[in-house]
Amino acid sequence: MRVKTTAVVAGLMLAATACGGGTSTSSEPAASAGSSSAPAAKALAGTTIEIAAKWTGDEQKAFQTVLTAFEEKTGAKVTYASTGEDTGAYLGPRIQGGSPPDVAVLPQPGLVQQYADQKALKPLSTEVQTQIDQNYTPYWKSLGSAGGQVYGVLVKAAHKSLIWYRAPAFEDAGAQPATTWDELITKTAQTLADSGTAPFALCGASGWTLTDLFENVYLSSAGPENYDKLAKHEIPWTDPSVTTALEKIGQIFGKKEFMLGGSSGALQTDFPTCSTQVYGQKKAAMVIEADFVASSAVQSGAKVGEDAKIMPFPKAGDTAPVVLGGDIAVALKDSKGAMALLEYLASAEGGSVWAKQPGYLSPNRNVSPDNYPDDLTKQLAQTIISAGESVRYDMSDLAPSAFGGTDGKGEWKALQDFLRNPKDVKGTQDTLEAAAAKAWKK
Amino acid sequence: MTERLDGPQTPRGGGDAARGASPGPDETSEKTGETSPVATHPALEDVASGEDGTTSSAPPALATGGPAAAKVSYGGSGNLGPSPKVALYFLLPAAVLLGAWVIYPIVYSLIRSLYDGGGDTFVGISNYTAIFSDSGTLTTIRNNLIWVVVAPSLVTVLGLIFAVLTERIRWATAFKLIVFMPMAVSLLASGVIFRLVYEQDPDKGVANAVITSVHDLFASSSSYPNARPRENDAAPDLVDKGAVVTRQAVQVGQQVLLPLVGMRPDALPDGAVAAKQAPPASGGLSGTVWLDFAPGGGTPNQIDGTEKGLPDVTVEAVAGTEVKATTTTAADGTFSFPGLAAGQYQVRLPQSNFTQQFGGVTWLGPALITPAIIGAFIWVWAGFAMVLIAAGLSAIPRDALEAARIDGATEWQVFRRITIPLLSPVLLVVLVTMIINTLKVFDLVFVIAPGSVQPNANVIALEMWRVSFGGGGNQGLGSALAIFLLILVLPFMIINIRRFRRDQA
Repeated sequence: MRVKTTAVVAGLMLAATACGGGTSTSSEPAASAGSSSAPAAKALAGTTIEIAAKWTGDEQKAFQTVLTAFEEKTGAKVTYASTGEDTGAYLGPRIQGGSPPDVAVLPQPGLVQQYADQKALKPLSTEVQTQIDQNYTPYWKSLGSAGGQVYGVLVKAAHKSLIWYRAPAFEDAGAQPATTWDELITKTAQTLADSGTAPFALCGASGWTLTDLFENVYLSSAGPENYDKLAKHEIPWTDPSVTTALEKIGQIFGKKEFMLGGSSGALQTDFPTCSTQVYGQKKAAMVIEADFVASSAVQSGAKVGEDAKIMPFPKAGDTAPVVLGGDIAVALKDSKGAMALLEYLASAEGGSVWAKQPGYLSPNRNVSPDNYPDDLTKQLAQTIISAGESVRYDMSDLAPSAFGGTDGKGEWKALQDFLRNPKDVKGTQDTLEAAAAKAWKK
Repeated sequence: MTERLDGPQTPRGGGDAARGASPGPDETSEKTGETSPVATHPALEDVASGEDGTTSSAPPALATGGPAAAKVSYGGSGNLGPSPKVALYFLLPAAVLLGAWVIYPIVYSLIRSLYDGGGDTFVGISNYTAIFSDSGTLTTIRNNLIWVVVAPSLVTVLGLIFAVLTERIRWATAFKLIVFMPMAVSLLASGVIFRLVYEQDPDKGVANAVITSVHDLFASSSSYPNARPRENDAAPDLVDKGAVVTRQAVQVGQQVLLPLVGMRPDALPDGAVAAKQAPPASGGLSGTVWLDFAPGGGTPNQIDGTEKGLPDVTVEAVAGTEVKATTTTAADGTFSFPGLAAGQYQVRLPQSNFTQQFGGVTWLGPALITPAIIGAFIWVWAGFAMVLIAAGLSAIPRDALEAARIDGATEWQVFRRITIPLLSPVLLVVLVTMIINTLKVFDLVFVIAPGSVQPNANVIALEMWRVSFGGGGNQGLGSALAIFLLILVLPFMIINIRRFRRDQA
């Protein structure tokens, strides 16, 4: 009872000092929350925080565990709202209507910029920023920033630098997982092709799988600095480093026995189908895509870790590539509760709780890989930590979506045309540059 | 779908409304001289007639509004026409709905099309020039042209054939029901179905399953379509013009090794047994053709115990350019050319051993995608055309047909000279409806074309959506495309409306 009174007094003082906080949640009692540590806990008792994210099903269940842990720690009550697949379509009206959730998880960094421009985001408190500085590389901090202000923290990662393979096919052919690109092409893939199994099932109809492949080869062969420049279109797509990357990819695209159904077959295959071709129909040996292949492999009847195995994306140059996708949490209301929740999500403590759930990968370098429930995720987490400063975010998701995210346009189309005609490196680069120039001008 | 079903009826309803309402204001304005309602009313009337057919929801409201207004006024004021005030009240709900759902969107799209993607900067007609300068958009226009020329006429002709034939069969209703059935499936679902039908893999796609099984009846493929030599300099054989040849020339008395890879061991013919070294042929050449791969890899270019020979491969001994001898391999892959003249030879496995299996037609490739989607469109709409035409057919005066037959006309002449001319109004309705339908085709293209060939299959309506919402977010250009599409549809709308007016006159 006494605690409550002091809290209310503190809340009143806060409301008095904070000008224009206005809404009921922002003047909720919070006392000197968070920063100090455990004794100050339960300080958020009575606070309600709403968080919106796109996760459903198992992903949502895993996240609820984290929210429950936060509730127990702080005494706040957190409600979860699912945005569905189109986060923008869910948040847009709520922001315009003046009743946004306290915290939202955005699937693309581009949205951070967009909402920051609309002045819908609240800058993170210093406590949250301290956590970010401790647990993330500066690259991730800049990714959640817009106009010099830090707005977001990357809370969940998707590992895109993987090649999934079917272990029985490798054993049958006597092939070994590769560690360099040349080994992948001349040894692994060639041995598989000689054994009569197509080495790769490419999902050419889903353009984003091709951009993922390109990003890995490019990050590896051109290095993180060039990667950043290309992602911001500071160097043109006609750059020689792009030529190198495309020529390397052409080593796969140019050989019809390397792809199931040749390039024409690959161009008709969309994303989950290529995984089915490897694990269901057993017609091919490898599929180059992110950690989420696991779910479709399981659907095809494969056991992850036994017949469905992964190899880190082989080095095509000096850098071992680690490309991540991921979700960024931002505050839409400047309430103590929202900041405390973000602080918790950015901390190693919150990350560790989450990491114990299946299907989660943390970009937080202080979340120990030992937390993960299975070996595969441990392996993935290890690659992220060992890649350190050179981990990069999916380039096509950083680009304007007219270039990096639209079916039949921009990068997707250019790479599909390259798959159709892998000899035309120069023409592909010109098309890419023309599309990029158009997209960045806007 | 429902929208299309009542498509042709819609303008009729709208026409009624326009006609029902028009006498009112004219007469009253002469008699009473009330100016204000008169000024409003013709405007509303324009709204009503201008909008015929573009929406399915509003015209029914108009159709009831018009005559009802007339009735009320007869009872009330004693005027012959409806009182303009009452007519106005009755027209108001329809006018408001029309205004909000049709007029305002069109006008706003028109204005929006003159602004840039963000909507802040006035850019004049540059969105429209962008339509005609972008090669991707020009492809969509070309595709729409193909659609408009091919699809409506095919649908109409097929519908006509079905309608005429079903008139004469016993189970006509059952047949019509079956042909009409695809109309009950949503276009999206039809798209999903046809995406499967056109799948390249004959195990999945029914179109290629039929084509390959028919093809295989007449031409059998070779047993070793994918076999090839290893690709490195150590292999004793290599590919030359599609055939596999020995890397070095061989002498009489030598034993030749021709290792091949690229096939799964379980794909070999049933008779294949473990390969072995060929015994030397007296005064000639001998050798082995075998699958140089065993589970786990095997030693390259050596006959391991478990590797199997390739039986029934045609082998040629070539000196210079001349084929000196031909033979085929045994079950263990061995072959021999006894009694060859001394000298240098090249051993060759001709291309016929390796002809590729016929994989069917690439329906979903860039070349055939538009015809393939038009095929799906016809499957959906042929039933609709058939039902409309059959209705028209049953309305044809029988005596004309009878008279022609009595006069000695053949069935073809009756069909060509009597049935078709009498049916032509209905045929035109079907054709024009289908043209409007094809101009705005969207779902089938969206679903059937894989992402990689969507640029080749793209049509204006799909491009409009993509540009506005599908990532591009340029609603200025999207609005310009919408207006462009409206302009394309407009002439056919006018044709339809004119025809209905004339019919009723």
